[in-house]
Formats: sequence, structure tokens, C-alpha cells
Amino acid sequence: MDNLKEKAFQDKIDQDTRIEPKDWMPENYRKALIRQISQHAHSEIVGMLPEGNWVTRAPNLRRKVALLAKVQDEAGHGLYLYAAAETLGVSRDDLIDQLHTGKAKYSSIFNYPTISWADMGTIGWLVDGAAIMNQVPLCRCSYGPYARAMVRVCKEESFHQRQGYEILLTLSRGTEAQKQMLQDSVNRWWWPSLMMFGPSDSDSPHSAQSMAWKIKRFSNDELRQRFVDACVDQARILGVTLPDPDLKWNEERGHYDFGEIDWDEFWQVVKGHGPCNKDRIETRVKAYEDGAWVREAATAYAEKQAKRKEKVA
Amino acid sequence: MNKDLHNYIIQLGDNSLILGHRISEWCGHGPVLEQDIALTNIALDHVGQARMYYQLAATMEPGKTEDDYAYLRTVTEYKNLLLLEQENKDFGYTIARSFYYDQFHLLILRVLKSCGNKDLSEIAAQAYKEVSYHCRFSSDWVKRLGDGTEESHRRIQRALDEFFPYTAEFFAPSEADNYMAGKYGVDLSKLSSQWSVIVENIVREATLTMPTTPYPQLGGKQGRHSEKLGFILTELQYMQRTYPNSTW
Ligand SMILES: [Fe+2]
Ligand SMILES: [Fe+2]
Repeated sequence: MDNLKEKAFQDKIDQDTRIEPKDWMPENYRKALIRQISQHAHSEIVGMLPEGNWVTRAPNLRRKVALLAKVQDEAGHGLYLYAAAETLGVSRDDLIDQLHTGKAKYSSIFNYPTISWADMGTIGWLVDGAAIMNQVPLCRCSYGPYARAMVRVCKEESFHQRQGYEILLTLSRGTEAQKQMLQDSVNRWWWPSLMMFGPSDSDSPHSAQSMAWKIKRFSNDELRQRFVDACVDQARILGVTLPDPDLKWNEERGHYDFGEIDWDEFWQVVKGHGPCNKDRIETRVKAYEDGAWVREAATAYAEKQAKRKEKVA
Repeated sequence: MNKDLHNYIIQLGDNSLILGHRISEWCGHGPVLEQDIALTNIALDHVGQARMYYQLAATMEPGKTEDDYAYLRTVTEYKNLLLLEQENKDFGYTIARSFYYDQFHLLILRVLKSCGNKDLSEIAAQAYKEVSYHCRFSSDWVKRLGDGTEESHRRIQRALDEFFPYTAEFFAPSEADNYMAGKYGVDLSKLSSQWSVIVENIVREATLTMPTTPYPQLGGKQGRHSEKLGFILTELQYMQRTYPNSTW
């Protein structure tokens, strides 16, 4: 019986018919989606912290407003994505609990510190840029609610990327100190950005199944290569050096070759031992715990109001 | 340059910027994602309003930009109300601070919206829409917290009590306020009783008690601030002070 259902399900996927919340789906498909969508939602929320960090210190009012609006967009992305995950039968509270207890992951990039204003530009350029590479194919993901959420998210991410790049362009035309700030920031963020595409295809445990289910459309290494190819020219315009001595054009492949990622560092951060893992989770947990009395009050008030309405009716 | 009018515009800008700064500190730390977004929205409104006022002030003072006012003035040159520089402490204090101010702010904007100064009335008309929403947000939360749980009732009452002495400054006119009253009819003494009625009604509906005090806290409009403003400016102005004369 389940075999028949499973075959019908795979046929739908193969014909590019979207799977919707009420449709039958294999348990593992559901689990894989919950894992991926919730990780994605958590990344948006944790991702608010490194940039939120600079809201009060933005160098002028125009940048302050733009940064606030950007961080707010990320909160909005988190909201759509939690809602998409909820269509699969999990609650936002449970997902948040998994984040706080370390059971769920989020993008490792947000475990690096933002120590200069230039980081606001670099995050937009490289981090939102890498996110776009990863996410544009998700707009065609087989699961309807996720695909639709990604269409909205991607529009805003490309705006973020342009905004970030523009911050860096301004620095590149500025004083010596600003140029140094720019180069230093790119030095720190380049490799972690390449890590955002995940382990090499040979070490990526979930990839093959995700491709068959059309949750994923391209492999980690393919997307990483596209990203590198796109960044080289943009770096040239900024007048910055990408910190990779092995980076060079390969005529035969029609792509840039690049050096090997430090996989020890990659796994160290993934396993919770990056520069900011503890801070990020502590901050999230504190916000949640400090907000408990507010959430309780809102619930209690809503219940009282409902009862009052009943009485009147 | 008309010094009184200029000071008045700066006063309005400073109120918006400093409260916007405080509320923006919540960004990423709100009690629920939806409220995080709402607070950020409100912070954005305030900073946006500050920009409009500073830009208007800059047209009166050749060579100045909006950023000069925000980033290159000292504590004693800032003219914001003392209430607005008070710390967030917790969500209850944040709501109490906004609640008192939002209701006052709306009354002021209602007058400015139809005052004889065209530049100010244009800004006020736009800000009025935003601040109507701020009023709804903060007063809804006063009700939720007041009539929520025992704990939330206690917390919001304490916050209202503690911030109440600062509200006297709303209605204590500076020279600039007096000028505006004479020239454009922006008369603070007329707004005081309106404010009290509106605020008391909401406080009562929230099952809370309206605070009273014979000891007002004054001085922000004259640049006599609390110790807290210095720390706000240290953060706010960090980049411009560290890297002077740069374009960002
Ligand atoms: Fe995002
Ligand atoms: Fe983004």
C-alpha cells in the first residue's frame, strides 16, 4: 500500500507537481523538510544578531535606517519559514526549543563576530550573496509552502546583497582607514562564506535523497563554484584581494579554481565551537526567557477577553 | 536664522532619534518574533522622523547636514525629553515609556499638522499616521500587561510609577516651546489636561492605578540630561568620532 503511495508521490515529484500540506508524503520527506526549513528559519533569527549589533553604531542616519530595515526583513523571513514548517505538523515553540537546546542547527556563518562597520557590507555582499545562490533554486523546491516562502525571501535577499555591496563600494572610494577596514573584513568573511554551501559533495550525507525529492536542485560544490565565479569580478571592482593564493581562472573548465576549505574549522564551528556559538544561543535563550512573562500576559489577557465576549453574547 | 524655530525643530528631532535609538536596542531581542518586528518598525518610524526634522533644520543653517545634528553634538546640546533616554530595562518599562510619550506626541502632531508653518505641518502630517499606530501598539500592551497576569500587572504598574515623574517635562515649556505657542498656537498648557484624560482612561481600563507625584523631573530640553544620554551618544557617535570627515 505504502509502496503504491510512494510511487505516486515520486511520480508527482518527477513531473514537477508541487506537494502541498494535505498531500500524502513519505515520513522521511516530511522529516527532511522540517529539518531544512527549521534550520533555515533559525538561521534568519540568529542571523539578526551579528547585524543587529551595529544598529546603534551605524555611521550615519541613512545607513542606520537601512540596516534596521534589513534586520527586520530577516525577522520576517524567519516568520514565513516557521509558518512553512508548521504546515508539516510541528509547532514553532517546539522548533525554537530545539534551537535553544542545541538539537537544531543554524547557518554557521552567524557564529563569526561582526567587529567593524565594513562587516555590514561584507555580510550583505558575501553572506546574503551565498544565501541567494543556495535559495534561488529553492523557489522551485517540490514542497509548495517552502517554495512560495522562498520567492518572497529571495527578492529581499537580493536587495540586501546590493545594499551590502554599496556599503563596500563607498568604503572602497573612501579614506585609507576605510579601505583597510574593507580588506580586513573581506579577509575574515571570505572563507566562512564559502563554507555556507556545506560539506563537499562526497561528504554530504543528505544530498542524494534531497536531490531525488527535488528539495535540492544543485549540489553543494556546484553552487559554491558559481558563487566563486560571481564574486571574483565584484571583488575586482571593489579593489580588494580575495584571500586565496590558489584562486585563478581555469580556461579549460571555464571556471575559477580555488583553494581547499579548512574543513577542520568548518566542523569545529558546526559542532558548536566557533567564536560566537555560545553567545548567539545564550542571547536567544535570554530573549526568550525574559519574554516569558510577556507571552503569558498576552495569553491570559486574550483568554479574559474571550470570556468577556462569551458573557456578552 | 530663527533660533527659536530651529531649536524647536531640533527638539522634535532629538526626541525621535533618542527614543528610536532606545527602541532599536530591542532589535533581535524581543519577547516574540512578531513583537520584535513591531518594535523595529516603530524604531524605524522614529529614526525616519528624526531625519525629516534634522533635514529641515539643516535647510535653515547653511553647510549643515542631518548627520551633523545626530553625530556631532554633545550631551548638553541635545534637547530631548529626559523620559526618552531612560533605559529599556524590560518590556514593561519600554511600553510604559512609549505609552506616556506616544499619547503626548500624537497631541503635539495634531496641532502641528494644521499649524501655519508649512514645512513642519507636512512632516507632522506624515508622522501623525505613524504615531497613531504607535499609540495603538503601546496602549494595547498597557492593557494586556495590566489585565494579564499578576506578574505583568505588577511589572507594568511599577514601570508606570517610575516613569511618571518624567512626564511633567512634556508640559514644561522651553523658550522654543513658548515661541511656538505665541507664533503658531502650539500651546502645551492646553494639551496637558487632554493628555491626562486619555492616559488615565487607558490606565483605568488596564485595571492599573494612575500614578501621582509632587516631584517632577525636568531639564532635558535645556540640555541638563541624565547620565544615560552620554552612553547613548558614545555608541551612536562612535563611527563619526573615530573616523571624522569620512563618507559612509
Ligand atoms: Fe533572510
Ligand atoms: Fe538577508
